Amino acid sequence: MRTDPLFQPVMSEVRSTRTVTLSFNDQALEVPAGISVAAALLMSGIHRFRATPVSESPRAPYCMMGVCFECLVEIDGAPNRQSCLIEVADGMRIRSQEGARDLIFQPVSVQAVEVQS
Amino acid sequence: MSHSAVDVVVVGAGAAGMAGAVALAGLGLQVVLLDEQGSPGGQIYRGITLAPLSRRDLLGPDYAHGNVLAQALASSSVRYEKGAAVWQVTRDHQVSYLRDGRLHTLQAKAVLLATGAMERPFPIPGWTLPGVMSAGAAQILLKSAGLAPSEPVVLAGCGPLLYLLGWQYLRAGVPIKALVDTTRPEDYWRARRHLFAALRAWPYLRKGLELMRSLRSAHIPHYTAAEQLAVEGDEAATALTFTVAGKAQRIESRCVLLHQGVVPNIQFSQSLRARHYWDADQLCFSPVVDAWGELDVPGVFAAGDGAGIGGAQAAALQGELAGLGIAQRLGAIEAGQRDPRAATLRERLALNLRIRPFLDALYQPREENRIPADNVMVCRCEEVTAGDLRKFVALGCAGPNQAKSFGRCGMGPCQGRMCGLTVTEVIAKARGVTAEEVGYYRIRPPIKPITLGELAGD
Repeated sequence: MRTDPLFQPVMSEVRSTRTVTLSFNDQALEVPAGISVAAALLMSGIHRFRATPVSESPRAPYCMMGVCFECLVEIDGAPNRQSCLIEVADGMRIRSQEGARDLIFQPVSVQAVEVQS
Repeated sequence: MSHSAVDVVVVGAGAAGMAGAVALAGLGLQVVLLDEQGSPGGQIYRGITLAPLSRRDLLGPDYAHGNVLAQALASSSVRYEKGAAVWQVTRDHQVSYLRDGRLHTLQAKAVLLATGAMERPFPIPGWTLPGVMSAGAAQILLKSAGLAPSEPVVLAGCGPLLYLLGWQYLRAGVPIKALVDTTRPEDYWRARRHLFAALRAWPYLRKGLELMRSLRSAHIPHYTAAEQLAVEGDEAATALTFTVAGKAQRIESRCVLLHQGVVPNIQFSQSLRARHYWDADQLCFSPVVDAWGELDVPGVFAAGDGAGIGGAQAAALQGELAGLGIAQRLGAIEAGQRDPRAATLRERLALNLRIRPFLDALYQPREENRIPADNVMVCRCEEVTAGDLRKFVALGCAGPNQAKSFGRCGMGPCQGRMCGLTVTEVIAKARGVTAEEVGYYRIRPPIKPITLGELAGD
């Protein structure tokens, strides 16, 4: 769901000439190249990146430096990607992670099981 | 999975990591510098090699200074690997990392951990809502993507980074709706005894004073001694509420930026079972290191904010010092050559750190924002509140590791990074013992999540 973007380029910022096109929940977005997926979503009016597995409450990036794991999204079919650490790429398909459907963390010793709700 | 041997692996390409790696390479050692980001600089100099000049100018001279380190790195023989997520460092100097979906392992003779700082958690009601971010996060958006809030923003908390961001927003023409400062008159009183030392670090103090003055002259509504901070909203933040001298205040904004200082990122030193101590001035755990930054794990060194908060300039000096220490250990330099160089660095380091006790005392985060009320979320991942933790304690939970089995606290994707300090302090207060006695989570690899497929190498 898109609303007014919470973040926008500052005035002194030269408009990026290079852009890439990606999708968030099947909606096409055109964003500057070279920025993180999290930054791209925030400037495109995406507020809710995921919902928690416990109470399904909405979450969005908190730390932007790979610490909080609040910005987890599904990218090109791979769940639990830290969107603040991944650079945008043309054709990237991004999906929000809703609630308990998604396996949040996969310890190395445990086989991954996707549970459909 | 690929294995290879090198002299030294440096983890983290911030101020300490870049300076340490360059110093080591300059002494003829084979150095690999691993960093998670796509370009060097760490958080303080985030995106320094990519930021357009206009952005560099906007962020100020301290940020631009990072380019000196980045250029030294670029013209050195250091093998810098970007986009490398280190997930394990062992006590015998094996470093494993994931890069472009492939696993790599390096066997080093010594390891330098330069993992830097992270922002202290700021647990208040509503801090999990979209629209609430740390001030550092907002600054990263500015540094790496030239983005700022699109509507008047509320800055809340205390500490140099919060005011610096305010100053940068002013320069960028970003409207600030209010600065809600938690610093109280008694904090100034407590900091007073460190003022003399701080005055001897006048350039730093002057910079801070100028910054505060420019915020004041911009006529931004500035509340001080704010208490009972809470963010309102159902699906996203809508307002920040607080009290000043008992009087309720409410400021509407979709964007609330919180900050109350930074703390060492100790995931690796903890996972190595190195000894840590509770720093009563900085209210955090730091690894115990010797004069060269060596942990009580032989051959593993730590430098920069990850070994105790000192700021970017101190970090670079510590990185260089650790580099000298490691180089001597590996026989690349004699102690007789090392010590005069180190003495100069130590002098500059001491000068640099003079301001710290004053800053630590003045901007010590207040207890209600570290040890929150029962209804406040502590573990954001598993949604465990301070009240839940206190119930666990009443049932006999003695520390953070037991809190995991009592209620999954700290067992979500962030692996306790965001709640660790809060959990320690909440349990310590509830039990009536020190944070040192309660201790910290037992951190285990993988430090970064990796999949079975990646581990199997397919």
